[in-house]
Amino acid sequence: MSDFFKFDWKEASWNLFFAVGAVIGGYIASHFMMPDQAIDLNPATIESLKAVGVANPGAEYLPGSIFSFENLLTGQGLLFMVVGGFMVGFGTRYAGGCTSGHAISGLSNLQLTSLVATIGFFLGGLIVTHFVLPYVL
Amino acid sequence: MNKLKYLLVGILFGIILTKSQVISWYRIYEMFRFESFHMYGVIGSAVILGIISVQIIKRFKLKDFEGHPIVFIDKQKRFAPALIGGSIFGFGWAFTGACPGPIYILIGNGFLAFIVVFLAAVLGTLVYGLIMHKLPQK
Repeated sequence: MSDFFKFDWKEASWNLFFAVGAVIGGYIASHFMMPDQAIDLNPATIESLKAVGVANPGAEYLPGSIFSFENLLTGQGLLFMVVGGFMVGFGTRYAGGCTSGHAISGLSNLQLTSLVATIGFFLGGLIVTHFVLPYVL
Repeated sequence: MNKLKYLLVGILFGIILTKSQVISWYRIYEMFRFESFHMYGVIGSAVILGIISVQIIKRFKLKDFEGHPIVFIDKQKRFAPALIGGSIFGFGWAFTGACPGPIYILIGNGFLAFIVVFLAAVLGTLVYGLIMHKLPQK
């Protein structure tokens, strides 16, 4: 068993409080503080999404037809939710942090590793957005 | 009960990220197409404020609520993992439109399909833990 799984639950329990807080915060914001769920996208962004068949881009907070239980067992659903989620978890652990840990906290503390990680985040995101998404949306 | 402050910070985190729209799949897509200043403005101002805050804490040797010094632990110098792992995260970020924290917030927003994304991310973490010794770590 690797050291990775030796975890001091008591010492790290604050993470769980934070995570539960994030769920509650999302609930409060969406139910009481969001009179309008629409996202005011650049018209060019809307056009590019329409061109690949996304209906009403920006009318809701995220493309609900992609991120739904009904779509889970399609190739698209598996790619966006299961494969995507897997890469978020795996990549974050391997890189040693995510957008908060590297791009914001790490850069704030002027860490070179965090700059390299942030470049990686964009490299990966740009490749998928420009070379993969047009074919799978 | 002293853990309650982490819950409160989490709630604030959830509200701010929802309201600022940085956990919207559309905003992430727009960012990667360089068609809006929105995401760059939010992340950029967070980093600038962060740099100033860290410098103030360090220069004035500020202490936390319990009177302990605030210590910043430097990131390990792991450039290859940062680039490779970072790119894998980037792939996932563009597909899901979410980083780890926002997955929780989106579930709270009522997008319950993100429970699947959450479970897949936990699985990804588990698999990383199982194979980490076979991957370059420097």
